[in-house]
Amino acid sequence: MAQAPPADVSFDVAAVRRQFPALAQEVYDDTPLVYLDNAATTQKPQAVIDRLQTFYAEENSNVHRGVHRLSQQATDAYEDARRTLAAFIGAPSPETVVFTRGTTESINLVAQTFGRSTFQDGDEIVLTAMEHHANIVPWQLLQRDIDLTLRVVELTDRGALDMQAFAEALSPRTALVALPHISNTLGTVNPVADVVEAAHARDIPVLVDGAQAAPHRPLDVAALDADFYAFSGHKMFGPTGIGVLYGKAEHLAAMPPYQGGGDMIDTVSFERTTFAEAPHKFEAGTPNIADAIGLAAAAQWMMDHDRAALAAHEDDVLAYATDRLSQRPGVRLVGTAPEKASVLSFVLDDVHPYDAGTVLDRLGIAVRTGQHCTEPLMDRLGLPGTIRASFACYNTRADADRLAEGLDRVQQLFG
Amino acid sequence: MPTDSSIDARAQQIVDEFALFDDWMGRYEYLIEMGKDIPRIDDAYKTDAHKINGCQSNVWVRADTHDGRLRFTGDSDAMITKGLAALLIRVLDDQPPEAVVQADLNFLDDIGMREHLSSTRNNGLQAMVRQMKARAARLSAA
Repeated sequence: MAQAPPADVSFDVAAVRRQFPALAQEVYDDTPLVYLDNAATTQKPQAVIDRLQTFYAEENSNVHRGVHRLSQQATDAYEDARRTLAAFIGAPSPETVVFTRGTTESINLVAQTFGRSTFQDGDEIVLTAMEHHANIVPWQLLQRDIDLTLRVVELTDRGALDMQAFAEALSPRTALVALPHISNTLGTVNPVADVVEAAHARDIPVLVDGAQAAPHRPLDVAALDADFYAFSGHKMFGPTGIGVLYGKAEHLAAMPPYQGGGDMIDTVSFERTTFAEAPHKFEAGTPNIADAIGLAAAAQWMMDHDRAALAAHEDDVLAYATDRLSQRPGVRLVGTAPEKASVLSFVLDDVHPYDAGTVLDRLGIAVRTGQHCTEPLMDRLGLPGTIRASFACYNTRADADRLAEGLDRVQQLFG
Repeated sequence: MPTDSSIDARAQQIVDEFALFDDWMGRYEYLIEMGKDIPRIDDAYKTDAHKINGCQSNVWVRADTHDGRLRFTGDSDAMITKGLAALLIRVLDDQPPEAVVQADLNFLDDIGMREHLSSTRNNGLQAMVRQMKARAARLSAA
């Protein structure tokens, strides 16, 4: 493989890194941290930390009910956050943005409302072999009540979606296609626009799990024309416990409520309750106000940067790391699709991923080891797991060098 | 072999051995070496019944009795885990079941490994201790 071209000099990664306090620390008292577990969760910029602090210090109040000043401010900030997220993903209106706890809850919401109200016995859900558990189990839960078949589209040897197999998986009984935009285990970027087009040609709705795409690629759900798009705040520099379900307005309007309680109601009597319009229909109870506002700060932080430059820098670090590791003896890359983002998954000959992860950890290098919540994929690959280095815009070629040096130590120790 | 083969004496010997290393790398190397000498479980027993739940790598430990004393065998597909299993077996093997049930295994804190193990692996180590004791308790009652 050819040496990757140097990074775009216009992107100042040092300036970006300075905005993330967690990156400056040492672990085990004396070892500078190299954080390469971004597919699990990203670190937070000072702008997000400050926004949360300001909310709790100055604005904290419940939303949508209070007539007092603070409640109005909190309501405005919460609904502003929805507008910011709509802008971040190119949604046609803020009303198509539902705040959830994250990707997992977003997919469960679609399964339990859209799925439960529209799927029929005999219907088929088309998934891919690279699915995260969050895009498998919600459909299996629905199988308890509806006789659904899950059809799994296989991958090519390099870990790309087999588009021929995908086309063949669609049938008159297909009720939904659900797939990841970017694989958390392989880094494969799926051709979601082609998938949506092929599915829509047969009037099949598409749900995209965007958990790994939101931090790495500019999003435009309107152009993509996906029916649903789910993502998590904490994987895109925002707080944990907050995420988004985007849904087309007509779907959200037709979907029944998910949970009952304050904020999702219009009027309640003991005889009859009427429900609020979407998105509030799906946000029962006091929402995660602070973290929704914090998530908007994260989205704004990304929009304040040249997102194409962020992505180009990340791609450069990924290409550099891929190049370094692919030249090492005893390293086998897992997932070498032509289109990849952020994730470098690999196994070492004769070294268990947990052993490698443990020693890398002691060297200050945070990677993920194991199945990455994609157990069916690991079974198909015949692997107990992989070592996964996943990059964000604040990672550097020097981080990739530290990983390679760490692997020297690992291979010495276990060789 | 030490003349005193009580659990405490064996544990102390391991603490003394680990104290010879002043860096974590040396301790890891020693742990990995120990794993190579583990009394190996027969492959036929590598079943769910002998698998330790709570470890992220596969680890199996089997307990048997011989002349009223426990005999442990084990294995793991990860070498650090195998070393930890070997460490426990070295201390608990060939002991009366009651002694294993009552064993105070504080030596694990004294060998300077715990601080180098992630919490998931520490949980795995705790699971190993719990299940070895549970098996000893069952064999003691039998």
